[in-house]
Amino acid sequence: MAAPTKDTEVGVPPAAAGRFAAFTRRMPSSTLGKHALTLLVAFVVVVLVLELTGPFRNSQFATMAYYGIAAAGLTVLTGVNGQISLGHGALMAVGAYTTGLMLAAEIPLLVTMLGAMAVTAAVGAVVGVAAARLHGPYLAGATLALAVGLPGLAIYFDHWLGGEQGMRIPSPQMPAWFSDAIYFLSATEASSAKYLAYIGWVTLLVVLFLLANLMAGRTGRVWRAVRDDEVAAELAGIPLGKVRVLAFVVSAACAGIAGAVLGIVVRLAAPSGFTIVLSLGLLTAVVVGGLGSLVGALLGSALLVFLPPFVTNVGTDIGLDNTQAAQLAPFVYGAVLVLVMLLAPSGAVGVLKKLLKKLWIGRSTRRTG
Amino acid sequence: MQQFLNVTLTGLGQGAIYAAFALALVLIWRSTRIVNFAQGAMAMFTTYLALTVIEAGQSYWVGLIVALAGGLLMGAVVERLVIRPVEGGPELNAVIVTLGLFVAIQALAAILFGSTFKSFPAPFDLRGFTVGEVNIAFTPNSIYVILAVVVVMVALVALFRFTDLGLKMRAAAFSQEVSRLLGVRVGRMLTLGWALAAVVGSLAGLLIAGGSLVYPAYMDGVVVFGFVAATLGGLDSPGGAVVGGLSIGLLLSYVSGYLGSELVALAALAILVAVLLVRPQGIFAKAAARRV
Repeated sequence: MAAPTKDTEVGVPPAAAGRFAAFTRRMPSSTLGKHALTLLVAFVVVVLVLELTGPFRNSQFATMAYYGIAAAGLTVLTGVNGQISLGHGALMAVGAYTTGLMLAAEIPLLVTMLGAMAVTAAVGAVVGVAAARLHGPYLAGATLALAVGLPGLAIYFDHWLGGEQGMRIPSPQMPAWFSDAIYFLSATEASSAKYLAYIGWVTLLVVLFLLANLMAGRTGRVWRAVRDDEVAAELAGIPLGKVRVLAFVVSAACAGIAGAVLGIVVRLAAPSGFTIVLSLGLLTAVVVGGLGSLVGALLGSALLVFLPPFVTNVGTDIGLDNTQAAQLAPFVYGAVLVLVMLLAPSGAVGVLKKLLKKLWIGRSTRRTG
Repeated sequence: MQQFLNVTLTGLGQGAIYAAFALALVLIWRSTRIVNFAQGAMAMFTTYLALTVIEAGQSYWVGLIVALAGGLLMGAVVERLVIRPVEGGPELNAVIVTLGLFVAIQALAAILFGSTFKSFPAPFDLRGFTVGEVNIAFTPNSIYVILAVVVVMVALVALFRFTDLGLKMRAAAFSQEVSRLLGVRVGRMLTLGWALAAVVGSLAGLLIAGGSLVYPAYMDGVVVFGFVAATLGGLDSPGGAVVGGLSIGLLLSYVSGYLGSELVALAALAILVAVLLVRPQGIFAKAAARRV
C-alpha cells in the first residue's frame, strides 16, 4: 500500500525531500487514507465557502458542481483512457430528463439521483460498446452525432418529455434537519440556493473521491496502459474492448449524476439546454484544466462558471449589446481551446506541475551549491 | 406515391449538398489525416459574408464569389496558423483544435452578424415544376444546386488528374518525405488543400442556405451528415464521398418524411454506427484493413 507514495517523490532532490518527508510522515500512508483526508478537508472548505457567500454565489457554486461532476467523468474518459467524447452534453440530458420523470413520480431525491446515474450508465454502455471500436476522429464524429441527435428524442416524444419548451422538474423539499444544521452553523435561515449548492458539492466531492480511488488503483492503471500503448496493453493480457466500455460507463454515470444535479438546480430540462456547445464546453474544461487530472477538471469547471459573467461584462464595456456580449464567452472558450492545444497541451495543471518542479530543483541546488 | 417521389427528389437535392460537404472533409483527410470539424462553422461564416454583400445591394452571384474567395482565404489562414503546429501530432490534439475553431467561429459570427434567423435568397425559382397536373418538389433551384455540385466535382477531378499542381498535391498527401525530396513544396500543397476544401465547404454552405434561413448554428447538423457521408464512403475516396452524400441525403429524407424531422440526426448516428461496425473501411475503400 505504501508503494504508490514513492511515485510522488521521484524527481525531488534529497535536500528538499528531507523537509518534504517530515511533512509526509504525518500523512496517512495508504492512498485511500490520503484521499479520505483530502475529502474531509475539502468538505470543510466547501462549508466555509458556501456559508461565507450569498445566494447568488451559492447558485453559481451549484452550477460549478454539476459542471465539475461531468468534467471529472470526461477527464477519466478522455484524459485517462484516451477516448474523446463530444456527447457528454447529451448524456447529461439523459440524466436530467430521468431526474425530472422520477421526481415527478415523487421518488426520494437520493434514489432519483442513483436512478439517473443508472439509466445514463446504461445508455453509456450502449454508446461505449460502439465507441470501443472507434478512435480519434471517428469517435469524435460518432459522439458529435449523439450530441446533435439525442435532444431530438425529447421533441419527438413531446407529450411525454415536454418537447421544445422542455420539462419542468419539481424542486426537492429542503429537509428539516438541513435547515436546523445550517441554523446551528451560521445562525441564518438556509436559502434554497444554499441547499442546492450543498447537494451539488457533496455529490461532487463523493464523485471525485470515488474517481480518485478508481484512478489510483488497478482500474486506472489499466485505463492508462490502454491509452498509452494499445498493443503493449493487449500483449499484457488486458481485454481492450471491456476496459474501454468500462471507462465509458463510469464516465457516463458521472454525466448522469451531473445531469441530475443540473435538473434540480435549473428546474428545467429542455433540448436547448443540451446543445453541442455544452458538450464542447465540458471538453474545454478538461483540456484547459489539464487532461487526466481531477483537479484540472475542477479548475476547468470553475472557468466555465466564472469566466462567462466576467467576459460578458468586458463585452458590454467595449460597447457590444447584450446578445453579442453573451456570445463572447463561447468565443473565448473556443479560442482558449485552440491556444491551450497549441501552446500548453498539458493544461493548467501540467503547467503548474512544471513550475513547481522547477521551483523545487532551483531551491535545492542553491542550498547544496 | 406522390409523397414518395417528392421525398426522393428533396433527398437527392440535399444529398448533392452533403456530397459536396463530405468531399471537403475527404480533401482535408487525404492530405493531412485530420477531420476538420470546423468545416461547417467556416462555411457558415462565409455564407454570412455573402449575405452581407447581398444585403448591401449586390447580386447573388457577387455574394457567391465573395463567399468562395473568403473560404479560400480562410482555409489557407486556418491551416497555416493553427493546424500546421498539430499536423502529425497526436490525433486527439488536432480534433480538439478543430473543435475549438468550431466554437470560436460560431460565436464570432453571432457577435458580428447577430444570432437571429435571417432569410437567404435563392438565385432561382423555388416553386416546383408541374408535371401533368402534379406539382413536384423539384425546383429550378434544385437543378442549380445539383449542377453546381457536379461542376465542382468535375473541376476537382480535372485538377487532380490532369494538372501538375494536382499531381503535386496528391504526391504531398501520399508521401510527404519522398515528395519533399523530389522538390514538392509540401507545406504549400497542404495549405492549398485546406484552402480548396474550404471553398468546396463554403459552396455547400451557400447551397444549403439558398431559399432558407441562416443562423450561426445552421450548419451543425450538416457537419454530422457530411461526416457520416464521408465515413460511408471511407473518408479516403472522393467518389465514395459523393455516393455517400447522395445516399445519406436520400435516407435522411425518408426518415424526415415518414418518421419525423426530429429524428434525422439520430438516424444519421444509427447509420454511422452501423457502417463503422459492419464495414469500417467504408463502402469504397481500396485498402483491405484500416483502423477506425
